[in-house]
Amino acid sequence: MDILNAIVAFVNFVVVPATAYGAQLALGALGATLVYGILRFSNFAQGDTMAFGTMVTIIMTWWLQSIGVSFGPLPTALLAMPVGIAVTAGFLLLTDRFVYRFYRKQRAAPTILVIVSLGVMFVMNGVTRLIIGVEEQNFADGERFVMTAGEFKQWTGLAEGMAIKTTQAITVITAVIVVAWLFWFLQKTRTGKSMRAFSDNEDLALLSGINPQRVVMVTWIIVAGLATIAGVLYGLDKSFKPFTYFQLLLPIFAAAVVGGLGNPLGAIAGGFVVAYSEVVVTYAWKKVVTYLVPADMAPDALIQLLSTDYKLAVSFIILIIVLLFMPTGLFKGKSG
Amino acid sequence: MNNRNLLLFAILAALYVATGVFQSWNLALNILNLGLLSAIMALGVNMQWGYAGLFNTGIMGFAALGGLAVVLTSAPPQPEGWAAGGWGILAGLLFGVAVIVAGTQLYQRMAKGRARNLALLVLLVGGFFAFRAIFDPAVEAVEAINPASAGNIGGLGLPSLLAWPLGGVLAAAAAWAIGKISLGLRSDYLAIATLGIAEIIIIVLKNEDWLARGVKNMIGLPRPWPVPYEVDLQQSSTFLDWAAQYGFDPIVASSIVVKLLYALIFGLVLVVVVWMSELALKSPWGRMMRAIRDNEVAAEAMGKDVTRRHLQIFVIGSAVVGFAGAMMTSMDGQLTPGTYNPLRFTFLIWVMVIVGGSGNNWGAVLGGLLIGWLWLIVESLGPGVMAVITSGMAEGALKAHLVDSAQHMRLLTLGVILLLVLRFSPRGLIPEK
Repeated sequence: MDILNAIVAFVNFVVVPATAYGAQLALGALGATLVYGILRFSNFAQGDTMAFGTMVTIIMTWWLQSIGVSFGPLPTALLAMPVGIAVTAGFLLLTDRFVYRFYRKQRAAPTILVIVSLGVMFVMNGVTRLIIGVEEQNFADGERFVMTAGEFKQWTGLAEGMAIKTTQAITVITAVIVVAWLFWFLQKTRTGKSMRAFSDNEDLALLSGINPQRVVMVTWIIVAGLATIAGVLYGLDKSFKPFTYFQLLLPIFAAAVVGGLGNPLGAIAGGFVVAYSEVVVTYAWKKVVTYLVPADMAPDALIQLLSTDYKLAVSFIILIIVLLFMPTGLFKGKSG
Repeated sequence: MNNRNLLLFAILAALYVATGVFQSWNLALNILNLGLLSAIMALGVNMQWGYAGLFNTGIMGFAALGGLAVVLTSAPPQPEGWAAGGWGILAGLLFGVAVIVAGTQLYQRMAKGRARNLALLVLLVGGFFAFRAIFDPAVEAVEAINPASAGNIGGLGLPSLLAWPLGGVLAAAAAWAIGKISLGLRSDYLAIATLGIAEIIIIVLKNEDWLARGVKNMIGLPRPWPVPYEVDLQQSSTFLDWAAQYGFDPIVASSIVVKLLYALIFGLVLVVVVWMSELALKSPWGRMMRAIRDNEVAAEAMGKDVTRRHLQIFVIGSAVVGFAGAMMTSMDGQLTPGTYNPLRFTFLIWVMVIVGGSGNNWGAVLGGLLIGWLWLIVESLGPGVMAVITSGMAEGALKAHLVDSAQHMRLLTLGVILLLVLRFSPRGLIPEK
């Protein structure tokens, strides 16, 4: 029995990675849920928007690196991110002007908008692959660890190490800042309030003189910001590959649906629910269990509920459970 | 069929003939076969979208299930593998289904409350571990047998033609489960759920080596009757005489004969599917479907069970996709889970349906053959065109990058085509009547 080491192993292999991943998913799901709440469709281009923003950021990072700019111990990508957000916002505003606005004026059915977003997804996907290719890109630089496993062991004298990567720390800190800002914006500013009013009841909002163009524009800019930040953080933490970002669509939708589509608080909760479930189900519990049970009962098997290949299945099962038992999600999103 | 539509099909035929004349007949027939298969899939999707307004983003998964059916039916049996753990795997799967059935029964019969939640949790978690205890050792035993060339439970060794309806049945079963869960809720949920199930089906095919050898791929699946092998043709004296009589090169002729036979079979299936779809669309049932699509509330007020009808058409459409998926794997002679890509299998079919004209079966056929042609011709011409464009440039990273990126132009082009058609001609090339 060695509870302390078990806890450290649990935190190191489950809590830390799941928290970072959860924060990335939460930001992605926030983007999807904002589009859903205000523009009223499920945006299938969300994953590729993240890829697009990340691609711009990576190219900017390369340029900064080539002229010798660095951000000290932090990744240079953080410096490049504002450019990524700006370019992505520009791209999204262009798609809105030339694609989505037409259907909004027609009051087209949500399914039509979903198909339209599919077309936008194709275009973004093509542009991203055209510019940066399909290969995996690593663009993290700076200090690798805030705390290495060795340092932790020395410091505590425990057998089990705990490492926190810089990217994980940055992810969580950035996510907290972004989410705090977003909620402040939605609750306290005039624009934020008009966005919420628009989401609650479009007709009433229009009657009370809210300018829909402005609401839509601000929404796309915020979505570009959220998507780029989520994409860059994910890319720093793991790596950037266009197809992986497309596949993030499923966990992101699962997170948004779990929390209740259209509900920002729900998207954050959903992101963490999905991330924790994924890591808990695909983690091999052997180490933790070995510390907890008497030595002669130590397990031989990995004690892994599902192999890591099936991590997408976890999001899917969560999605199915939510659809079966609470279609409006944890936080009562829009169901109609 | 009016004159305009005939003209469109004539242009389409001219495109294929031009490919044959200017490139090669082999390529033209290759594209035609894939185009015919795509057209059948597009017909299935058109039933779901055009008749009923259901948005299915899981076409890839249903097509892959069709492919799995071919492996299970026509692959040579592996008696050793089956003896090692076939029954164990089957028992494990049946046990898993039993647990889920017991769970639903328990959920329906017990009163709502903490006791029910607890019982359900215990049943499902306990059931999961028991399932793994039965299933895992059997899988390990099967995969240990001759992993380099087998390691799976094998097929039944039956003719490949039998696999086609089975592919439809497998896809229909998956569609039923998904539809049962997500239909009747908001319309986007079906799109999200089908996107998920398609990914999961591919992951299962990639990882469950005992089933169809996973990423080790299943090769050498037998051809469907009556298509012969090229090598056999080249050795048959009747064929050689026949080729010599007309002055054909026997090697080229044999491959063209094989492709023509496939085109004939696929064309026949296509005609049957179109004929049945047209009958269905014109029947009272088809009118009811379109009434539901155009106004669900009114149809419900008239006493139609909208969710049930949606489920019905979703299952039928998916079965058609599964059938075509099985035909494709049959023709390829191999199942390679790694090649199933949502952009190629799901979204390309969508572009076909929308460009062709949603709600119109002829439109789906035209869209399938036209977009299929475009997709494959760009694949074979794209790098060449890019090489010409970049021929004046100095050798270097930029040129390599540009030549390399030609294949990604397809995604961009398709996206732009989809957006333009949706915007300026939302009813497609052959609109619904």
